Amino acid sequence: MSILSYNGSAMVAMKGDNCVSIATDKRFGIQGQTISIEFPKVFQMGPHLYVGLPGLATDTQTVVEKLNFRKNLYELKENRRISPKVFASMVSNLLYEKRFGPFFVEPVIAGLDPITAEPYVCNMDLIGCINEPEDFVVGGTASAQLFGMCEALWEPKLKPDDLFETTSQALINAFDRDAMSGWGATVYIIEKDKITVKDLKTRMD
Amino acid sequence: MAAVLIADYPEPGFSFENCKRNASFVANGFVPPKATKTGTTIVGITYKDGVILGADTRATEDTTVSDKNCQKIHYLASNIYCCGAGTAADTEMTTQMISSQLELHRLNTNRVVRVATANQMLKQYLFRYQGYIGAALVLGGVDSTGPNLYCIYPHGSSDKVPYTTMGSGSLAAMAVFESYWRPNMNEDEGKKLVRDAIAAGIFNDLGSGSNVDLCIIKKGTAEYLRTYDEANKKGVRQASYRYPKGTTPILTTKTSNIDVHDVSITYVEPMDMS
Amino acid sequence: MTAEVNSYYPDYATETPKQFQFSPYADNGGSVVAIAGDDFVIIGADSRLSTGFAIYTRDQNKLFSLSKSTVLGCSGCWCDALTLTRILSARMQMYEQEHNKVMATPAVAQMLSTMLYYKRFFPYYVSNILAGLDTDGKGCVYSYDPIGHCEKATYKAGGSAGALLQPLLDNQIGLKNMQNVTPAPLTLEKALALLKDVFISAAERDIYTGDKVNINIITKDGIKEDTFELRKD
Repeated sequence: MSILSYNGSAMVAMKGDNCVSIATDKRFGIQGQTISIEFPKVFQMGPHLYVGLPGLATDTQTVVEKLNFRKNLYELKENRRISPKVFASMVSNLLYEKRFGPFFVEPVIAGLDPITAEPYVCNMDLIGCINEPEDFVVGGTASAQLFGMCEALWEPKLKPDDLFETTSQALINAFDRDAMSGWGATVYIIEKDKITVKDLKTRMD
Repeated sequence: MAAVLIADYPEPGFSFENCKRNASFVANGFVPPKATKTGTTIVGITYKDGVILGADTRATEDTTVSDKNCQKIHYLASNIYCCGAGTAADTEMTTQMISSQLELHRLNTNRVVRVATANQMLKQYLFRYQGYIGAALVLGGVDSTGPNLYCIYPHGSSDKVPYTTMGSGSLAAMAVFESYWRPNMNEDEGKKLVRDAIAAGIFNDLGSGSNVDLCIIKKGTAEYLRTYDEANKKGVRQASYRYPKGTTPILTTKTSNIDVHDVSITYVEPMDMS
Repeated sequence: MTAEVNSYYPDYATETPKQFQFSPYADNGGSVVAIAGDDFVIIGADSRLSTGFAIYTRDQNKLFSLSKSTVLGCSGCWCDALTLTRILSARMQMYEQEHNKVMATPAVAQMLSTMLYYKRFFPYYVSNILAGLDTDGKGCVYSYDPIGHCEKATYKAGGSAGALLQPLLDNQIGLKNMQNVTPAPLTLEKALALLKDVFISAAERDIYTGDKVNINIITKDGIKEDTFELRKD
């Protein structure tokens, strides 16, 4: 078994019409045994910026601390909000530094540009190779299932309400076919003037 | 060390602090995960006026496609580009770093950098890491000596060649070159040849796919043709899978509003550097 | 001794004894999807046969019709699939000659399970999905693991892209995780459209799925064949 599937996770981020979504499951397990069903894996890094860190839970927590530190230092130094693209480079550099002894996380980033409000999603592998598609990104142990769902469900220019339904359905149905993730889900819909956080009702097995 | 004041200020170079921990994971039977590979077709040829580089756009993670339209032709300098195959993060980061060193070199020497210089810097860097940095490169550019094309292997060896292919689709692409390449081709012939070579990789190698990217470098100009040929169109869905509102069961909803202030941007004249 | 030498020298420096392992299996990829309705069942399989990073052929039918109302879809190790289906059709013929009737789909399903378990410790490395009409003319689907575990379902995806395909079937046919939907009987048109769409999605992301889908539509009138093009890279 891969160490990336030691704790289990499922994550997806999608672009919509002037909005982005990021959704995650809430399970924290040790292999087959579920320990917690309210484990945070998606973190707010700015008013319009979220990062999800699926993978090994210990590294999820370490990496988010390191990222917060670097992001804060950047924002103090520059006296402006970090843009999603710059933040992605920051994460990428942090991970590539540990090229030969990596953190076992595959980050997913979703946000709106602080100035232009341009939607942005990206993900990367555990050593920081950025992938910036124009539709959606997935991560975690249910990534194969998520790929299948998103490839069928995603369409361009989804409004926030539609984007929520599409993201949620993609996530729930994907992790129902993955033993390592699930147990509740949270969806974040990021718009220019508001953030909507919804907890979903899912199977708890 | 400023460790007391600044808990974690990034030091330059690779960090090996997780290595021992990660080795213990492996010792306990957890296989290390695989990074994204660009199981790739990348090619380069020299022609009458310069060089043409080509690449497919698929990145794979094991047997799934992780990126359908990634950029594998990297910028090194205004007259030098470089195609990368192998571990995606390695090709990306290596070319970024060499690119910055080349720019500094250009500013220091006040000359257009030579392709040979880029080749030497890349191979020395790769040799230092004994092949652990998994970057297989096709380096091409035009300088005062004319068109130059190199292929560089992950262990740090390099060849100076008139035409070359690399990556998992290299045999398919080389089959095309060995049949049709000849010296002093014109630009249209060259573009077609490179497209055909990449297409051969895209269709016959499972590690390569999606579109064809080209980069044509001549004396004084470089033309980056992103998605020169869309070799594969995505299938058209029969039905739409949009859900009516209220389909997904929700437990709680929280909305937080964000005050958006109008932002005005004033552009400042760049400092006169001459 | 050799371990010591190896730790000091690069791997090409010394000639060391090599251990050869018996590896009789190949993975030739491919995906199969079957969907059952009240009076029909459809089964589709992509036509790409591959190994590693190479394609053997773009036009390999992975559907085997065992009778006028039963079709088996195989993917995995192709040589095992060929052997399995040959023995299967031989036993179908023996049954027919012995009992003077064609074996019904549930009976085929049971026989396949037995045949797979018979090779418990040297299994056929095949992911099987059996689709057909039962004795009442109702569509049914059976899925198997390589050593004969059999499960009856109304829809199932298997093979290299099974994980990508299954959740969408759960959602669209099983109507999982949706509120305010009224279950309606599945029509053939809807089933066909969905089958094509899941294959389009799988061809985007799975390197072993592509080229073409062969579809068999099984109704009381017999088996109708159809094909559908996928991307070729």
